Amino acid sequence: MIDKKQFLQNFADQFDDEPEGLTLETKIRDIEGWASIVALSVMAMCDEEYDVILSANEMENANCIADIFKIVNERIKN
Amino acid sequence: MYNPYSLEGKTILITGAASGIGKATAIESSKLGGRIVAVDLNPEGLSQVMPQLEGDGHLHYVGNLCDESFLKEIAEGVPALDGVFLCAGVSDTTPVKFISQEKIQRVFDVNLTAPIIMLKHLLVKKKINKGGSLVWMSSYGAEKVEPGLGIYAASKSAVNGIMRAYAKELVSRKIRSNSIMPMMIRTELISTLNNISDKDWEKQESMYPLGFGSPLDVAYAAIYLFSDASRWITGTQIRMDGGSNL
Repeated sequence: MIDKKQFLQNFADQFDDEPEGLTLETKIRDIEGWASIVALSVMAMCDEEYDVILSANEMENANCIADIFKIVNERIKN
Repeated sequence: MYNPYSLEGKTILITGAASGIGKATAIESSKLGGRIVAVDLNPEGLSQVMPQLEGDGHLHYVGNLCDESFLKEIAEGVPALDGVFLCAGVSDTTPVKFISQEKIQRVFDVNLTAPIIMLKHLLVKKKINKGGSLVWMSSYGAEKVEPGLGIYAASKSAVNGIMRAYAKELVSRKIRSNSIMPMMIRTELISTLNNISDKDWEKQESMYPLGFGSPLDVAYAAIYLFSDASRWITGTQIRMDGGSNL
């Protein structure tokens, strides 16, 4: 299991203006500043930090941060 | 029959011939009388393409274009060429703040260095006939850069730059050098890229009045450049955009 707090920080780091108060339940598209470049950056972050490749369809279908957290947790190589 | 686009009597080498645009160009060029030298990393893909070529005498080479000894082997073994389509390429969708030396090298090795080194060995061995045509696979993405496509765009801009150097240096031998710059072409490679969602594909396609391009559309542009019909064209970038910039 990856560290939840660290994952949320890594997620927040992909925004130009870092959003505050993110939780796993936060709906991705409700976050101010969410854009396609942030989605690409989240995918690149998951690859770089966790060695997990997310597809664009998985990003598209993710509703809240937990959906991405869950995929990364399932795929991470221990 | 009158056909200024005929490739009868011409031998054409195509890299990336096992799939997508390279495959379509190999098959269509053979239908117009060309003898094909098909090159690819993928033996299974090539073994499916070769029987689809019309006519006789076609050759194929399987290997990694980033391996210089493979490029030398090709230059030693091929008959003199009338056309070379530098079609093999890789893509990348890394946002700028995640770019690494490794990622730059991977894209530039395939998209830029490999064609340059291949042509060097072909030229040294005098395997490109007078009046031959070099066709470089560039991309409209070199000019209209989308987020995440920075490394790819840089590699294709570099292709356009060096394409003109070949045009300038080889014009005395009537060897021509041009690039093709398509916008979105839905190839097997692009379709398997993870970074474009189904929803994004739909959104993208609505921006093209003529729809997405197909590998055949680009193949026909390459065939024009191989043919004698384009004998007066060199140092040019052919843009293909499906009307998306109207």
